[in-house]
Amino acid sequence: MNKHAVLHISKRDNLPWYGAWAIRGCAILLALIVCAIVTTALTGENPIGVYKTMFAGAFGTKRKMWILGQNIAILLVVSLAVTPAFKMRFWNVGGEGQILIGGLATAACMILLGGKLPNWALIVLMVFASMLAGAVWGGIPAICKAKWNTNETLFTLMMNYVATQLVAYFVILWEVPKGAGKIGIINQSTMAGWLPQIGSYKYLLNILVSLVLTVAMYFYLTRSKQGYEIAVVGESERTARYVGIKVGKVIVRTMMLSGAVCGLAGLLLVSGTDHTITTTIADGRGFTAVMVAWLAKFNPFSMIFTSFLLVFLDRGASEISTIYSLNHSFGDILTGIILFFIIGSEFFISYKLNFLKNNRKEEK
Amino acid sequence: MKKILSLALVLVMVLGLAACGSKADTAATTAAATTAAGSDETTAAAETEAPAAASNIKVGFIFLHDENSTYDLNFMNAAKQAIADLGLTEDQYLFRTNIPEGQECYNAAAELADAGCNIIFADSFGHEDYIIQAAQEFPDVQFCHATGTKAHTQGLANHHNAFAAIYQGRYMAGVAAGMKLNQMIEEGKITADEAKMGYVGAYTYAEVVSGYTSFFLGARSVCPSVTMDVTFTGSWYDETAEKEGANKLIQNGCVLISQHADSMGAPTACETAGVPNVSYNGSTVAACPNTFLVSSRIDWTPYYELAIKAVMNGEEIPADWTGTLQTGSVVLTELNDAVAASGTAEKLAEVKAALEDGSLQVFDINTFTVNGEKVESFMADVDTDPDYTPDTEVIENGAFQESTKRSAPYFTLQIDGITLLDQAY
Repeated sequence: MNKHAVLHISKRDNLPWYGAWAIRGCAILLALIVCAIVTTALTGENPIGVYKTMFAGAFGTKRKMWILGQNIAILLVVSLAVTPAFKMRFWNVGGEGQILIGGLATAACMILLGGKLPNWALIVLMVFASMLAGAVWGGIPAICKAKWNTNETLFTLMMNYVATQLVAYFVILWEVPKGAGKIGIINQSTMAGWLPQIGSYKYLLNILVSLVLTVAMYFYLTRSKQGYEIAVVGESERTARYVGIKVGKVIVRTMMLSGAVCGLAGLLLVSGTDHTITTTIADGRGFTAVMVAWLAKFNPFSMIFTSFLLVFLDRGASEISTIYSLNHSFGDILTGIILFFIIGSEFFISYKLNFLKNNRKEEK
Repeated sequence: MKKILSLALVLVMVLGLAACGSKADTAATTAAATTAAGSDETTAAAETEAPAAASNIKVGFIFLHDENSTYDLNFMNAAKQAIADLGLTEDQYLFRTNIPEGQECYNAAAELADAGCNIIFADSFGHEDYIIQAAQEFPDVQFCHATGTKAHTQGLANHHNAFAAIYQGRYMAGVAAGMKLNQMIEEGKITADEAKMGYVGAYTYAEVVSGYTSFFLGARSVCPSVTMDVTFTGSWYDETAEKEGANKLIQNGCVLISQHADSMGAPTACETAGVPNVSYNGSTVAACPNTFLVSSRIDWTPYYELAIKAVMNGEEIPADWTGTLQTGSVVLTELNDAVAASGTAEKLAEVKAALEDGSLQVFDINTFTVNGEKVESFMADVDTDPDYTPDTEVIENGAFQESTKRSAPYFTLQIDGITLLDQAY
C-alpha cells in the first residue's frame, strides 16, 4: 500500500452522545482484551479471574465499598479544587502542595490547641485555617502570574516541594517518640480536633462533603458571574480584557479558591481519617486530580464517574497483588493499559480517520 | 444491521469468556476446599479445645513496601519461611504490600480481619497507631506489630509488640569491622589513628543510636584506636541521600562504612569507591562482591512462628517480645571471605558464645564514657509520650540493659569516640 495517502485525520462535527459512548465502550473492551493478553502472557493467570478480583477488591465487602467511597470523595474534592484553575487555562499542578499545607495547618491546630479550646471551636478554627493556608499557597503563584507573568506550571510545582519540606520540618518538631520521624495519631485518646463521625460510618462525612462541593462547584462554574468570568479568561484573555474583566483579579481569586478547596481536602485527610500528617499524605492526588478533571471535561458531575474509575482501578490493582501474590506494579500495568485506551478514545471522539482508498471504512 | 450484528458478537464473546471464567473459578474453589478438608483431618484429632487449630487459622501480613525494600524483603522471607514451617496452605495467609503509615493501614488491617484472619502482623513503626485502632475494633483478632513501643503500656489484650536485641548482632558485625581495620593497619594501608569508620543513619531515633553505638563498641573491642563519624538522611529509604551520605563519609577519611537505612545506596557507593561495607537487613554480596564484609539482620521467623502457634493453641501472645541470639532472631549473614580479615569467623564464634552466656555485655559501662565520664545511672524514655519523659532506670548490673524493659531499643546516649556530623533529623 502507498503509505503517504492512506490516512487523513479531520476534526469531527458534533458526534451524537451515543456515538461518543460507543467509542468509549469499544475502548474499554479493547483495553480489557489487551489486559487479558498481557495477564496471560506474563503471569499465566486466568484474565477473567483477575477482572473478578478487581471487582471484588472494589466492591467485595461493605467495608471495601466504604473505602472506595472515601477514596473517591477525597479525589473528587481535589479534582473539584483544581477545576476552576484549569478551566481558566491556569496550569495548577500544585494541588499536592495545597493539600499538604492545608493538612499541616489542621495538624498544627490539633496539636497546639487540642484540649485548650472547646472541640466545636477547634474544628471551626481548623476549617478556617486549612482553607486559608491552601488559599495562600494557591494565591502566591497566581499573584506572581498576574503581576509578572511567571510560569504557573513551574511555580506551582515548586510550591509542592516547599510544602513537602515544611511538613517534613514540622514532623521532626512534633515527632513521637524522639527521633522517630513520625507524629503518629494525634490526640488518639482525647480525639480533640477529630471531625465527628456520623453514626457508625467512618467515612460518611467526607462523602457528603464531597457531594455538596460537587453541586456547589457546578453552580459556581455554570451559573455564577465569577464562573462565567473564569470561562471567558480561559477562552481568551484578550477578549476578557476587552469586555472589561480584570484578568489579574480573576486569576488570583480563582487560584485562591482552588487552593482553599485543596486545603479543605487536607483537612478531610488529617482531621477526618488519618489523624496524622506525613509528607506523603496527599498520595499523588494533586496530580491524579488533573487527569480526573480533564477526563470529565471539567463537568463536576462527570468527575464523580472519572474519579470513581481511577479509584476503582487502584483498589482493584491492590487486590490483584494481594490475591495473586503479584507485585503491585502488575496491577499498575493493567491500570496503565486501561487508562491509555480510555484517554486514547477521546482522540477518536474529537477526530475521525479517513482512509482515502476506501471512504466507507471511516469509523475508526 | 451491521451495528446490531457487531453488538451481538460482542455479547456472545463476553458471555463466553464469563462462562469460562466461572468454570475455572469453581474448579479452584473445590480444589481449595478439598485441601483444606485434607489438612483438617490430620490436625483436628490432635487439637480438641483449640479455638483456631491449624486448619482454620488464617494469617494476615501488612508490609510497608514490597520486596524491593531490603527491610520489607527481610520480613517477607521470614513470613514465607514461617508459613512453610507451619505447613499452612495457600488460602491460609494474605500479604498486603505497599501499605502506607496512615488510614490505609487501618483499612488494610480491617479488611484482613473481614477476610477471616485470626492473626495480623504489621512491619513498620508508623503502622502502630492504626493497628491499635483496628485492635480496639476487632477484639477477637490478634494484632502483632513489629518495632512498636506501645503494647506494654496500652493494656490492650490483643495488641502485641516485638523486636529483637539487634544490638547484639550489630556488636558482632562491629567486631568483624574492627578486625578488618586491624588488618588494614597491619598491612600499612592506614595508621592506627586513621582507623575511622563512617555510619549512614536514617534518623536520630533510639533504634539507630543503639545500632551504631553497639557497632562501634564491637569494633573498638578489637581495635582500640577506632573512631566513627555518623550522618543522617532523614528517611528510612532514600537511595540518593544514602549514597551521598556514604560518599561524604568516604571523602572525610572514613575507611569502612556501615549503615542503618534500607536502600542499596550506601553499599553501592562503597563498592564504587572500594571501601569495605558492613550491611544490614541481609547480604549485599551479590551486588558488592569486593566490598561486602558481613551483615547483621533480624530473623523474624521465630516470632512469626511463636505468635501463630500461640493462636493455634489458644495461648496468649506476649505483649512485648524480644528476640535474641538464643531465640535465633538475631543473626549474621555469611562472612565474605574475599574481604574479611583472617580469623574473623573464629573470633565471632567466641564473641557469640560470650554474649549468649552473659559473660560479655554489649553496653558494659566500663567500655564507654559520655563527656569523659562513666555513666552510672540513666533514666530512659521507655513508656512513649509526646514529652519524651524519662521514666525507667536502665543501668543495672554494670551495663545499660537494652531491650529488656521493652523490646524496641531505647539507648540514646551520645558516647565519646563517635562524632555526629549533623543532627537535623
